[in-house]
Amino acid sequence: MPIQFSKKPGLVIYLTAGDPDLATTRQIAIAAIDAGADVLELGVPFSDPLADGPVIQRAMERAVGRGVRLTDVLTLCKEIRTERPQAGLILFSYLNPVLRMGLESFCAEAKAAGADGVLLTDMIVEEAADYMAAMKKHGLAPVFLAAPTSPDDRLKAIAEHTEGFLYAISRTGITGVSSTLSDDASKLVQRIRQFTDKPIALGFGVSNAEHVRAVGEYADAAVIGSAIVAIIEKSTPQEAPTAVAEFVRGLRG
Amino acid sequence: MEHSIIDPVRTLGNGRFGAYGGRYVPETLMAALQELERAYAAVREDQAFQGELAALLKDYVGRPTPLYFAKRLSESLGGAKIYLKREDLLHTGAHKINNALGQALLARRMGKQRIIAETGAGQHGVATATVCALFGMECVIYMGEEDMRRQELNVYRMRLLGAEVRGVGSGSATLKDAINEAMRDWVTNVRTTFYILGSALGAHPYPTMVRDFHRVISREAKQQILEHEGKLPNAVIACVGGGSNAIGAFYEFIPEPNVRLIGVEAGGRGTALGEHAARFSGGLPGVLQGTYSYVLQNDAGQVATTHSVSAGLDYASVGPEHAMLHDQGRATYTSATDAEALDAVKVLSRTEGILPALESAHAIAEAIKQAPKLAKTDVILVNVSGRGDKDMGILAREMELKGAGA
Repeated sequence: MPIQFSKKPGLVIYLTAGDPDLATTRQIAIAAIDAGADVLELGVPFSDPLADGPVIQRAMERAVGRGVRLTDVLTLCKEIRTERPQAGLILFSYLNPVLRMGLESFCAEAKAAGADGVLLTDMIVEEAADYMAAMKKHGLAPVFLAAPTSPDDRLKAIAEHTEGFLYAISRTGITGVSSTLSDDASKLVQRIRQFTDKPIALGFGVSNAEHVRAVGEYADAAVIGSAIVAIIEKSTPQEAPTAVAEFVRGLRG
Repeated sequence: MEHSIIDPVRTLGNGRFGAYGGRYVPETLMAALQELERAYAAVREDQAFQGELAALLKDYVGRPTPLYFAKRLSESLGGAKIYLKREDLLHTGAHKINNALGQALLARRMGKQRIIAETGAGQHGVATATVCALFGMECVIYMGEEDMRRQELNVYRMRLLGAEVRGVGSGSATLKDAINEAMRDWVTNVRTTFYILGSALGAHPYPTMVRDFHRVISREAKQQILEHEGKLPNAVIACVGGGSNAIGAFYEFIPEPNVRLIGVEAGGRGTALGEHAARFSGGLPGVLQGTYSYVLQNDAGQVATTHSVSAGLDYASVGPEHAMLHDQGRATYTSATDAEALDAVKVLSRTEGILPALESAHAIAEAIKQAPKLAKTDVILVNVSGRGDKDMGILAREMELKGAGA
């Protein structure tokens, strides 16, 4: 299933798998897809999520505390794929849980679970040869990140090696909601455009309809993470799917 | 994972120690790591920089440190002669100042005025706060709340020196979590901020750079032991948290095949995961905080909590060069328990009048085990990485609990 953005801008929705519990994450995921999410990023809970801000960090801690494992996330991925075959599904992880399972086993199981691609926060292109070979072998898209601090030679390499879409980080910093999008964001997307026609999704700090509209002027998709995770944190498990669906519907104005 | 797709400036080698090391960081940090790599490669060859560093190490820090023959300790054990490399006599009380000074000089040269650092036992934080005061730099230190409680005196010292100490309550509230927060700060403020990493770990070029700044330990020790004994030691022993004092103490001896290198990890209070910080006996290769090395983790790849009576050894991973030395069999890694370390503090204090840091006491504990097995003509060199003043609160509590009196 190739990753496709049906409307402009496309919506990529991040969920920490297992927060508040796996069954609720599945319901939230389906509700988000039905409300207009093109791609779901399923976050694998990790003990040391150093690229993430406090909201996602707390969600990771809760899920790790419940004993949620990479294998559980793969099962969840398969369930969502079965119920909503059209959605884009990306596994979002830090490297260590993947290494623990083994790169080859992970890629084989991710493919079997119906994932379209994988995003590893702490995997940079220079270190990724074995990873990309395994991903290619199993027909999975490696999604790489580009930052405002990345010089042009790095953007070129990132653009070349990313598949599915390229994840542009709107600002220096960790994940989290911000009131305005930084000027860095549009400049970065323009710089990346020199090197590729692949879809570019912009994330970090994207948290409301106004942001999504602004992102749509220069990027192909917006990634919303912390704002969703914060809604889940504030809701009961019963309320969360509806609350997230309402929020996602409102994002395209 | 040893390949390279694009070919960055690799003046310091490829950042690999065998299979270990590398760079596993958020993309936002890559430009800063490459900038740091270039800047460090330049000062490595720069006579003016090296001259300024050497002068400060001599006049401000107090190098060379003595190599002291611990006669009463050696006699009481009835075996090899034990020599102590006295890094505890350095300004600020531990080897950490070697590296903090080197990195601060580099930061100044790169025009970065804001310094961040993390600290476990507080010795690296104190060293960083000290050099920031010396150079008039803004200084923020991240420290786990559990470590702030254990090392309260060092928190006061850092604040007195003008640093802001930010407590970290997430995870186990120890060194690992302080490093996560320091990296988050760095990701956010990467354009203006220099991260003085406190051990020989993290992403390339840190493991190489930190090792280079601590190499002076073994450079001096090698010359000193030849002067004292006319031969190289049979063994060099050092404690291993992240591994900075150990790699500094080992480095010049690595090409000497007859010198055994022994690293001592924190055996804590038991062998179950979470009760110790013995990465080589309890861990597996993995990625934590930017580098590929041995990591204490569960079977799902979650990083384990650790325990040690010494905050400076209480860390779930270890510097990648140690991982390579371990796999090569060039160095041996063993562990000392909390109880053995506490006993070693007492033994060294009462035989030599030297109160070692709890970290260094792990190395002393190994020397106490090794010396009686060796001949009286054999020589053991132990790196006393820091002094124990910072640990007085914990020593008082632990030794009273043990009924040993204080």
